[in-house]
Amino acid sequence: MSEQLLTVDDLRVEYQTRKGPVHAVRGVSFTVGREKVGIVGESGSGKSQTGRAILRLVPPTGRVTARRLQFEEVDLMAADERTMRDVRGKRIAMVLQDPKFSLNPVMTVGRQIAEAYRAHADMRRAAAEQKALDMLASVRMRDPRRVYDSYPHELSGGMGQRAMIAMMLGTEPDLLIADEPTSALDVTVQMQVLAILDDLVTERGMGLIFISHDLNLVASFCDRVLVMYAGRIVEQLSAAALSQAKHPYTQGLLAALPRIDQPTHELAVLRRDPAWAAEPPERMTATDPVA
Amino acid sequence: MTAPAVTSALGWRAWLLASEPQSRAQARLGQAYLGWLAFRGNTLALVGLGIILALLAVAALAPAIAGQSPFAQELADRLKPPDAAHWFGTDELGRDIFARIVWGARITLTIVALVVIMVAPVGLVVGTVAGYFGGWFDVVLMRVTDIFLAFPRLILALAFVAALGPGIENAVIAIALTAWPPYARIARAETLTIRGADFIAAARMTGASPARVVFGHVIPLCTASVIVRITLDMAGIILTAAGLGFLGLGAQPPSPEWGAMISSGRRFLLDQWWVATIPGIAICVVSLGFNLLGDGLRDVLDPKQQ
Amino acid sequence: MTTAASLRFTRSAVRLLASVALTFLGLLLVTFLIGRVVPIDPVLAAVGDRAPAEVYERVRLELGLDKPLYEQFALYVLKALQGDFGKSVLTSNTVFDDIKRVFPATLELATVATLLGVVLGIPAGVLAAVHQDRWQDQVVRVLGLMGYSIPVFWLGLMGLLLFYAKLDWVAGPGRLGVAFDDLVAPITGVILIDSAVQGEWEVFADAFRHVILPAAVLGYFSLAYISRMTRSFMIEQLRQEYVVTARIKGLSERRVVWRHALGNVMVPLLTVIALSYANLLEGSVLTETVFAWPGLGQYITNSLLNADMNAVLGGTIMVGIIFIGINLLTDLLYRLVDPRAR
Repeated sequence: MSEQLLTVDDLRVEYQTRKGPVHAVRGVSFTVGREKVGIVGESGSGKSQTGRAILRLVPPTGRVTARRLQFEEVDLMAADERTMRDVRGKRIAMVLQDPKFSLNPVMTVGRQIAEAYRAHADMRRAAAEQKALDMLASVRMRDPRRVYDSYPHELSGGMGQRAMIAMMLGTEPDLLIADEPTSALDVTVQMQVLAILDDLVTERGMGLIFISHDLNLVASFCDRVLVMYAGRIVEQLSAAALSQAKHPYTQGLLAALPRIDQPTHELAVLRRDPAWAAEPPERMTATDPVA
Repeated sequence: MTAPAVTSALGWRAWLLASEPQSRAQARLGQAYLGWLAFRGNTLALVGLGIILALLAVAALAPAIAGQSPFAQELADRLKPPDAAHWFGTDELGRDIFARIVWGARITLTIVALVVIMVAPVGLVVGTVAGYFGGWFDVVLMRVTDIFLAFPRLILALAFVAALGPGIENAVIAIALTAWPPYARIARAETLTIRGADFIAAARMTGASPARVVFGHVIPLCTASVIVRITLDMAGIILTAAGLGFLGLGAQPPSPEWGAMISSGRRFLLDQWWVATIPGIAICVVSLGFNLLGDGLRDVLDPKQQ
Repeated sequence: MTTAASLRFTRSAVRLLASVALTFLGLLLVTFLIGRVVPIDPVLAAVGDRAPAEVYERVRLELGLDKPLYEQFALYVLKALQGDFGKSVLTSNTVFDDIKRVFPATLELATVATLLGVVLGIPAGVLAAVHQDRWQDQVVRVLGLMGYSIPVFWLGLMGLLLFYAKLDWVAGPGRLGVAFDDLVAPITGVILIDSAVQGEWEVFADAFRHVILPAAVLGYFSLAYISRMTRSFMIEQLRQEYVVTARIKGLSERRVVWRHALGNVMVPLLTVIALSYANLLEGSVLTETVFAWPGLGQYITNSLLNADMNAVLGGTIMVGIIFIGINLLTDLLYRLVDPRAR
């Protein structure tokens, strides 16, 4: 088993709104090594917030607390902004969902990629440009030069996402967080991008946190799966053992998936039990709000 | 859930905030109450509201508050600094500046009110007609709007007053002629968004005439944006009117219009600074009040514009 | 740009120009009608009330006042296109010459004022957006709000009172000290430029001392508007996903704000700056009166107070043209600069 890259213990993200506090993430704990871990959940389950909290990129109205948030030797909770800037991009990177929005529309794609490299290495412009072109080639762009000189709106979704991957992996981080990286893409393009991601992550021996709402996708792609509901992890299991899920929510999710080899009369509808959102008794501490 | 007794204060609040209102009136009042709560949280907006209410009070109670006539000249007492007898001092003809400011509030309010009464309905109707009927109506009306928008407001007002002659009525007309285009624009934009809505189609299908659809349905929905814009515009109207007054083109002497007062006090600026300074402060305070109020209303009625 | 794109651009530009031409025509119509509303007999104004009947009749025919209204309008438009706005009753020059003489002064004032507004306003807006809802933001917002509440002529007077009368930091009303009159050959008409180009630094310094206060007064309003819009745009941008990406890359916050977010704001900001410039033309009317600045604004007000309708209308048309021109330029610029619009 690989050494642990990331240790998360009792991570909480809380927002202050006019209607009162909103707990987006409520005591999430897990570890990630040099493996592919998937986090599955519906909208509002807190999975994206978890990803952002790791990089301490939660919007200023949110508050992140944790008993422990450790990446290799860096204590992410105690780190100051300077340290975090060193970690971001260079050691932990993140790919966002829609390149239409996640890339700067008034900068050429190449400049943005090169900028990422120059932020962490003392590189000359020409060197960064060459590296960017090489990375674009490695994400299987047919014409890296053209992509380099293009603006984000001139690229298709798949190309934009591959450019994002090139941008984020070029600095050779140890851990990549992918927040719904294929959700904005057509199904055919999804497979392509996932294949590229898979290859790069495996060949570099990186850790990957794959956040998605698509259970099937996560199951086929990742080694381990974390199922989130209402800000909590309700189940952790290996992808292979998915069919033996114990938690009723996971079972409900599995049952709701239509299967071509087992036609049913009616698709099962997931029924939610408010008990799933409740705080498990052994985790309660004096400062915890009553669920 | 049945409506609780409306007599007690708590019952009142619960009735207004009921999640299932029993009548149209209850729903409307409930919405208004929620709006008021949101507005109340904004301190600056409340300050603005306070200023405007104070302005209204001062204008209404002018005879009682002023203490002296704004026209009474006392040449022996000319250009006296502020003291116990004359809180804001006296001007070059010995008139009490405080009294003139108080009575001037009426002039300011009159100008603003007249302009708004003329401008808002015209702008609303032009905009909604252009937006609703489209086609040639739209092209022609928007072209006219564009032409008026192509001028800076004061310059066009100046040209009009040049043609019509100085005086407060002409100043009001001139300002109104330049102030209506933005409302037409806003109303048109809103109408275009509403035009395709289902309830409009439903109204038409039940045989409502175009006039009824426009006046009964479209215009009420544009009202919120127009109200916000009016409040925000009032400061501009006041400043334009003051500008015209400063140039001697608004209310004529001996009328205590604030802009004209600044103009006549200009000669004595160096040594008797209060004659020109104090009317300006009055203009600032009132304009600020309208701006704060308008900002607050916009946050409540049109939150996406934040 | 590809040929398809440049064709699209040309087509939309032509459409824009056509629209502008129509608006200009409408502008002329409005001024024409205003001119007709005046209860002054334009013939009398031209010949004086002592002129004999034949002269009166001759001038009347000359001015085309016997023709039907639409023909008069056509004549009016034709003349306007040639720059013939009639003669000024006050100065006896053609209105066009008068305007040519006074316009550079207003240009100088408006430009310095806008420069101040931009140089101070954009950073203020960025600061307010980055520190949203904290004290930096509140200060900038209040300053901005004051800019919408203070009468410009009053602020000018207060400025003169404080900085000229009491502190003697700047020169008083007027454009140049009497001693420096005629020392510099007018090339552009903008004294700051003319004196600098000819190396007359004493004149430059005096001109500067004269322009700085009125420009600062006008500039305050420009600053209020620009900072408000910058703040609004920046807040919108700082919420976008690409800003998150920039932070993920580990870029410094300064780079994220000034390179990435502000970069996306520059194009709409250009429009704002141009509009601010146009708005200053309006403010200059009153400012020039307060500071005895011999520009277009003062020309219009003087003519107005002397019932010189030709001059007033000519000046109004001029301002209208500039307004339309600036709007047109920003529209074209927008399409040119924004990569998404190509």
